[in-house]
Amino acid sequence: MHETDMTKALILTVKDWWETQPDRPQISQVYLTVGQFTCVEPVSLQFAFEVQTRNTFLAGAELVIQETPLIAFCHQCQQDYRPEIGIQYACPDCRSPMEDIRSGRELKIERIAYATEEASISQ
Amino acid sequence: MHQTFDAALGINLLHANQAGADHNRAHFDQWGITCLNLMSSPGAGKTALLEKTLAALNQEIKIAVIEGDMTTELDADRLRQYNVPVIAINTGRSCHLDSKMVAGGMHRLAHDYDPTEFDLVLVENVGNLVCPAEFEVGEHAKVALLSVTEGEDKPLKYPVMFQEADCLLITKTDLAPYVDVDLEQIVANVRQMNPDCVIIPVSAKTGEGLATWFAWLRSYLEQTKAVDRPLSTVH
Ligand SMILES: Nc1nc2c(ncn2[C@@H]2O[C@H](COP(=O)(O)OP(=O)(O)OP(=O)(O)O)[C@@H](O)[C@H]2O)c(=O)[nH]1
Ligand SMILES: [Mg+2]
Ligand SMILES: [Zn+2]
Repeated sequence: MHETDMTKALILTVKDWWETQPDRPQISQVYLTVGQFTCVEPVSLQFAFEVQTRNTFLAGAELVIQETPLIAFCHQCQQDYRPEIGIQYACPDCRSPMEDIRSGRELKIERIAYATEEASISQ
Repeated sequence: MHQTFDAALGINLLHANQAGADHNRAHFDQWGITCLNLMSSPGAGKTALLEKTLAALNQEIKIAVIEGDMTTELDADRLRQYNVPVIAINTGRSCHLDSKMVAGGMHRLAHDYDPTEFDLVLVENVGNLVCPAEFEVGEHAKVALLSVTEGEDKPLKYPVMFQEADCLLITKTDLAPYVDVDLEQIVANVRQMNPDCVIIPVSAKTGEGLATWFAWLRSYLEQTKAVDRPLSTVH
């Protein structure tokens, strides 16, 4: 259920881009980066995307998700560490709180792959 | 023959929502309004806290409420008896408010009243510990609520909301003796990911801690008023 809304937001964002394209191309893949420190579960997102894009401009498009791990930087120890989600977020060496998240918060549309009819003309 | 192209976007997945949130915040700023987003799991006590807050501060601060309730107007009706504007947003099956829904409520407020008269808009989000944290609605600060009956481990299991909160209210402290909960452990767990958050234990039932919450509200209002806000320059 949570992913349903996230997918709605994703489709809206892709649609904003698509509508600025003069030739309204056929989108074949949408590449996402999803951090582990977000509320998004990739498997559910895949499923929701497939269901919600049926009969839309994104019908048949594939969602390709790259997950990024949660990595924080400890200023005390001057080093990166990997918090254990659900268990422990503070620095394992000095117990400083997790303040500086370097990776894991991403929810990003990286690239869109598409085909256009015009391409065949310019060939 | 088709040729495949690649467009590099690099845009946030929530771009559309974020733009809407910025739009709402700009309106609030223009009207001299501070907006707070109240978030918690279902039943942690958001509406009960709002009732106490309206009852105590209604004369002193001009408040309006934007109420996100999944299907009913129950919460909105509880709050209307305090004589403040309560704009109910029916969120349908959505498990959080988004900036577009709040824009609807905000514009309704501006249509029915003079928005420059208000100091504070309190948004009660849909009860859910997960999604509301990702969907900004145009708030200046996020207030999370966690009731003592939910257990110490919730900040560890649902970290994003607790990491984003500017103020955390640990609610229903009157029930703490009955549920075997360690308040200090809750605080320690939140501190692991959010060292700066203001944490206030409260009980809407006994009134414990409410004075501290009101004091935080007042000082936050002062603080946002003081910062670069073009008060009543645009109508
Ligand atoms: N004992 C006790 N009960 C409380 C307190 N605050 C709220 N409650 C009770 O907890 C229940 C839920 O409170 P609400 O204020 O409706 O919670 P909510 O977060 O608004 O709930 P939703 O909007 O449905 O997510 C009600 O039965 C309240 O009476 C408190 O401080 N102490
Ligand atoms: Mg409520
Ligand atoms: Zn460290």
